[in-house]
Amino acid sequence: MPNVSAFERLPCRPQAKVTVFVEDDPVEMQAHDSAAAAVLAAGLLPSRTTPADESPRAPYCLMGVCFECLVEIDGTPNQQGCMIAVRDGMRIRRQCGARDMHGEGPHGDA
Amino acid sequence: MTQATTSGSRTADVCLVGGGLVGMAIALGLQRHGLKVAVLDEGDIALRASRGNFGLVWVQGKGDTLPEYAQITRRSARLWPDLARRLRETTGIDVQLEQRGGLYLCLTEEELQARTRMLTRMRDAAGGDYPFETLDLAQVRDYFPDIGDEVAGATWCPEDGHLNPLLLLRALTEHFRAQGGVIDNGGRVQDIDRQGEAFRITTPAGVWSCAKLVLAAGLGNRELAPQVGLSAPVFPNRGQVLIAERVHHFLDYPTGHVRQTGEGTVQIGDSKEDVGFDSGTTTDVMAQIAHRAVRLFPLLRDVKMVRAWGALRVMTPDGYPIYEASRECPGAYLVTCHSGVTLGALHEGPLADWIARDETDLPLEVFHAQRFSL
Amino acid sequence: MATPDYDLIIIGAGPAGMAAAAEAGRQGLRCALLDEQEEAGGQIYRAIGRAPLADERILGGDYYHGRDLLHAFEQAGTDYRPGTTVWGVEDDLSLDVSRQGRSQRLHTRRLLVATGAQERPVPFPGWTLPGVMTGGAAQILLKSSAMVPPGPIVLAGSGPLLLLIAAQLARAGVTVEALLDTTPRGNWRRAARHLPGALRNPRLLAKGLGLLREIRRAGIPHLKGVDGLEALSRDGERVTHLRYRQAGESRERECRTLLVHQGVVPNVQLTRALELAHDWDEAQQCWQPRLDAWGETSRPGIFVAGDSGGIAGAQAAEEEGRLAALAIAEQLGGIEAAARDRLAAPLRTRLAPQLAIRPFLDVLYQPARRFLVPEDDTIVCRCEEVTAGELRRIADAGCRGPNQAKAFCRAGMGPCQGRLCGLTVSQVIADQCSEPVDAVGYYHIRPPIKPLSLGELASLSEPDTPTRN
Repeated sequence: MPNVSAFERLPCRPQAKVTVFVEDDPVEMQAHDSAAAAVLAAGLLPSRTTPADESPRAPYCLMGVCFECLVEIDGTPNQQGCMIAVRDGMRIRRQCGARDMHGEGPHGDA
Repeated sequence: MTQATTSGSRTADVCLVGGGLVGMAIALGLQRHGLKVAVLDEGDIALRASRGNFGLVWVQGKGDTLPEYAQITRRSARLWPDLARRLRETTGIDVQLEQRGGLYLCLTEEELQARTRMLTRMRDAAGGDYPFETLDLAQVRDYFPDIGDEVAGATWCPEDGHLNPLLLLRALTEHFRAQGGVIDNGGRVQDIDRQGEAFRITTPAGVWSCAKLVLAAGLGNRELAPQVGLSAPVFPNRGQVLIAERVHHFLDYPTGHVRQTGEGTVQIGDSKEDVGFDSGTTTDVMAQIAHRAVRLFPLLRDVKMVRAWGALRVMTPDGYPIYEASRECPGAYLVTCHSGVTLGALHEGPLADWIARDETDLPLEVFHAQRFSL
Repeated sequence: MATPDYDLIIIGAGPAGMAAAAEAGRQGLRCALLDEQEEAGGQIYRAIGRAPLADERILGGDYYHGRDLLHAFEQAGTDYRPGTTVWGVEDDLSLDVSRQGRSQRLHTRRLLVATGAQERPVPFPGWTLPGVMTGGAAQILLKSSAMVPPGPIVLAGSGPLLLLIAAQLARAGVTVEALLDTTPRGNWRRAARHLPGALRNPRLLAKGLGLLREIRRAGIPHLKGVDGLEALSRDGERVTHLRYRQAGESRERECRTLLVHQGVVPNVQLTRALELAHDWDEAQQCWQPRLDAWGETSRPGIFVAGDSGGIAGAQAAEEEGRLAALAIAEQLGGIEAAARDRLAAPLRTRLAPQLAIRPFLDVLYQPARRFLVPEDDTIVCRCEEVTAGELRRIADAGCRGPNQAKAFCRAGMGPCQGRLCGLTVSQVIADQCSEPVDAVGYYHIRPPIKPLSLGELASLSEPDTPTRN
């Protein structure tokens, strides 16, 4: 199903390709893209909810200032998505509220 | 800014120097007696030990060499629920008081034994009325399933607790103002002068005139006390505290070094350093604090620290408070301590009553500064 | 104290940092450059070494000028450490730095902060909704990933960068539904008296006029005098439409992407953490560290160059970086003062027109009051969700400054550490207390300068000392 919220790629110079999984869906990315870019390419909006009030958020500044792009990466919660480059096979998930201390993350939560 | 103001002075029944936790608690207590109270405070840049407070309402181990201190500490802990309830009812602010007991975690067997011996001595001094238990690692696990394997054990005291010191300061301040109290952020007190029955207090913003004067200025008391015939040999002792991001609830009880706040942030303390008036933080000490914390609770390893505090405790040579009325200048009182949270309910209650009425059942003689010159 | 590892550590690989490193190399300094990003260039020349966009016309020639800077930097023999975050600086100029989850300590004789700018926080109703991003964020994605946001796209705000982004998106063939210009109408009149200064930089003026022409030719509706901007959501999950006022009428517009921008301000997180003297700049409505003509701060040995010392743009940043490097070389005995001054003269000549146009631009693009001192129900601190009304309430309750505010309502206590609310919190409190912003002051910025895992911090410690109590 085409995602109308997804960012689109313009024609590029040749770049190495990697596949990442955003909430289990494979997304083809370029090697230097950030995890936040993958979130946007996948159209994962909102990409987190706040610990304070569970309000929906998504990447905002993309330059390491705002911390709105916090996501769970490869099982580690609260990672600053715009500051982390994608890796082949990286698994990115929505960050729901505060960090879960017992590792499993909020997978499958309604 | 040193220019003297000649405009008419403002008046209050009591002027209280210092708008931190100690000062504001007493100020509220004085209002209960119908007194008009003004708090003179430095404002946003004050050293403000209150903002660095760890937030423990802590009983165990306090006063091991001075039974009267153990006594007033426990009395304050017992008064806390009532004060917290009144603050919630009047301001709507829940200071997040929990008094379900607390643990002091020990990483070595020696430390655990030394602590047990100390608490046993205190129990003896209290005629047996001093509840605590020594727990081994397996017993600690009943309280904290996530406790680290390196922990030797803990001492448990059911009277310990914690609260949010920032919300407490806010609640005290709001309630005080709502009852007509004045907070003057005019800057540091420059001069205190006794004129007949009244005190004249000069700040950069003007002059206050009052019948009673309470010095609750933390480290500032050192300079102020001699102006009213008192002595406050206080010095700064730095405590660094780390604060980690909000995480899901994982700690049911406060410990001496790690506690989880109502918002979910984790506070990790703390150091005791003699470094003068430097309230900064240092990497070495922060690293030590973090190192201890991840040994106590290994699941903290990945948690992000978002802030560190260096705050200056207000210490006396023996670590105990000074509560004293001036003989030379009747009407002037000195209050100084480093446990503004634990003793907060005592300050709002019986201590404020003492200042208002000049009589008390508190054993205050042992807290006079005179003890340091003997 | 350990022996210094370097004569000079530069923080930030934007134009100021890269130019300073190149100059430091020429002057024979042992220099390291630490940068948080994995690729040099800063935000303005983001990903310049790779520049993935096939069509170079989209970003325009000014972007690709970054290649010259990068090339000179790569030749300079700098110890370049990308992906490195500075999270602590101690009084003796030892830096605690983190790379890939491991921390170490570096010592330096001189420090140059070149951490650039960040976009001014633009609080308005709905600015936290997914789908609302900064204009700069869209540009960063264009530069580093050749990605463009989903339509319908609306741009809203004020300032040259907003015009540039509109033009760049148009060149990329992306439809921009509207450019909502919130520049207060009175700004033009007030800026006019600074026009003589601006005329000393005809190139930049011409560039600005060119952008306006390009936007017009691309058919982007450029709506002037917009206010009352609100981002709204029908599903509570993302922005779906906007509301705003123009020409006295309330209007609505569908949108999936709203790019907002109100100019850029110095990134003062590090300079504040260093407790350097800062001044409030009334024209730019922001703080800047107090600097001498070489960029040296109130703490001898610590320099600032580029936009982190006051907004003057990329070209000024380059020259400032070089000037700081020369001054540092002279302080460390690398060159004589006379040689330093001789080398500095042409740099200052090139710097002058960049600075001359600032008063004009600063006044022209001063944000509308509503973005500086938002209405009561607008969120100011995004992390802890504190509204302007809450700040006003605690100011009325006796809170005199941002540090008390932080303690009372948690503003600035979240993961962004006050980066996105600090300016607004100071301005709201100042406004409510009728005090100058200077008197109200700013957050006390505490280490770590960036969040750090407790495990990483703990790894710096030797086995624990006996328990303290």
